[in-house]
Amino acid sequence: MSEQPLIYARGLVKRFGDFTAVDGIDLEVAPGEAFGFLGPNGAGKSSTMRMISCVSLPTGGELRILGLDPARDGSRIRARLGVCPQLDNLDPDLSVRENLTTYARYFGLSKAQARSRADELLDFAQLQEKASSAVEPLSGGMKRRLTIARALVNDPDLVLLDEPTTGLDPQARHLLWERLFRLKQRGTTLVLTTHYMDEAEQLCDRLVVMDGGRIVAEGSPRSLIETYSTPEVVELRFADGVDYAGKLEGIGRIDPLPDRILLYADDGDAAVAEVHRRGLTPSSVLVRRSSLEDVFLQLTGRTLVD
Amino acid sequence: MAHPTVAVLERHLHLYRRLWRASVFSSFILPVLFLVSIGIGVGGYIGDIEGEDYLVWIVPGVMASTAFQMAIGESTYSVLGDFKWVRAYHAMRATPVEIRDMVAGWMLYILFRVEIAAVVFLGITGLFGALRSPWAVVTPLIAALVAVAAAAPVTAFAASIDQDSYFALLFRFVMIPSTLFAGVFFPVEQLPEALRPLAYLSPLWHGVELSRAATIGVAPPWPAAVHVGYLLAFAAAGLLWAVSAFRKRLQD
Repeated sequence: MSEQPLIYARGLVKRFGDFTAVDGIDLEVAPGEAFGFLGPNGAGKSSTMRMISCVSLPTGGELRILGLDPARDGSRIRARLGVCPQLDNLDPDLSVRENLTTYARYFGLSKAQARSRADELLDFAQLQEKASSAVEPLSGGMKRRLTIARALVNDPDLVLLDEPTTGLDPQARHLLWERLFRLKQRGTTLVLTTHYMDEAEQLCDRLVVMDGGRIVAEGSPRSLIETYSTPEVVELRFADGVDYAGKLEGIGRIDPLPDRILLYADDGDAAVAEVHRRGLTPSSVLVRRSSLEDVFLQLTGRTLVD
Repeated sequence: MAHPTVAVLERHLHLYRRLWRASVFSSFILPVLFLVSIGIGVGGYIGDIEGEDYLVWIVPGVMASTAFQMAIGESTYSVLGDFKWVRAYHAMRATPVEIRDMVAGWMLYILFRVEIAAVVFLGITGLFGALRSPWAVVTPLIAALVAVAAAAPVTAFAASIDQDSYFALLFRFVMIPSTLFAGVFFPVEQLPEALRPLAYLSPLWHGVELSRAATIGVAPPWPAAVHVGYLLAFAAAGLLWAVSAFRKRLQD
């Protein structure tokens, strides 16, 4: 028998009145995995995360977290989870260190344990110098690192991150990814939601693409790209308003977006050469590797972030 | 292992440690100023009331109403803020802390605040010679009952609303009238008969009468068990309401 999944869901449903946020999804997450939910805002990612973190109960279907039933053992499950919510809920009037020790006490750590754990985590989050600072003046990236450090205070079996880098500048995001990658290397099971494809590609071993409360695709980032896209994508922009889609026919699959045309190709340079051979003169040409964004576009007809 | 309720109490105490200086004025000095101005100043014109010096007569009332006002004042913006702005309860929700721990930890914090004020106030009034009976030592317990009876429903109310402007209504139409007409400054019998039941409904009136009975050493107007029972029932109902309001606010 294989190892018991940390998350097991069958036909999971969450409804708010008439609105169905999560519409019957199946999931299994194994220990040590880095698992992602990718989708636009309103896809049902956060509702799913809240059910997994046992703060909201499913309306229907079956859900087991760490082999336990959230409806009966919510508190026991939460004792072994680390949750980094979408909105920071740090205590702004407590110091950075007090935020960690106070939270540690919620998990029943002794005062001495809480202090030594706080030291380790300040180290991990690279916030030692800010230990006695209040939370309020910290930058967004620092607050997020503190929230993530706080989620690790109970040495959780499963860490849940709801849009961990939304709203951060690129530098802060990269620092955060590096910290999360370190967690992953230690074998911590990570589950995260994101609407950034680069984040999903960086961090996730396996992910599901959600749209409208359903799972529309599942696999590793690589396999999703292989299945739903081509190795390369050419982005073409034209200065005039002429409809070029027809003139590009036959080179590869085409996705005309409002501001540019995407051309899917096995060999991007060859496709560009063909475009020029047909006498077309795009104002800009970009050949890039295919990404999860293209997968999402293919699956739903919409971009992830607009 | 510390109980989660204790962990919640600790969080509130941590925050209080940063702000306590500001609260000293309202919790200790204000009631004393009150006593001096009303008890001695106004009392000088009034003379005796129910056979007692006016100062001696209002001391227990001021003590109960201080507990009442502190409990209400503390349970408004702080509670709403911890849901709406700080989201501290949302943070606790993701831990083994249960909703009953959140409510119990908060009530313990209110009790901590009120009890310190009550004991200090008792000491000061003792120095003024305003305590007539050894039963005065139970007044901090009565203050505790009044505090929970007042704080629990107000906490529930604060957890149910989304805008702090409702608090102005609470202060204007509940807290101030209760303080003015619950037998703190004059006997409820002075009120028109039709209005007296309103005073009887207020937990403060029961607290005032019990405290007065204790500091003067007379029997309260109703049997003591009825006053205590009313306060307990009021507190219990408030606590149930608070737990359900917290649950509602934190679900989904």
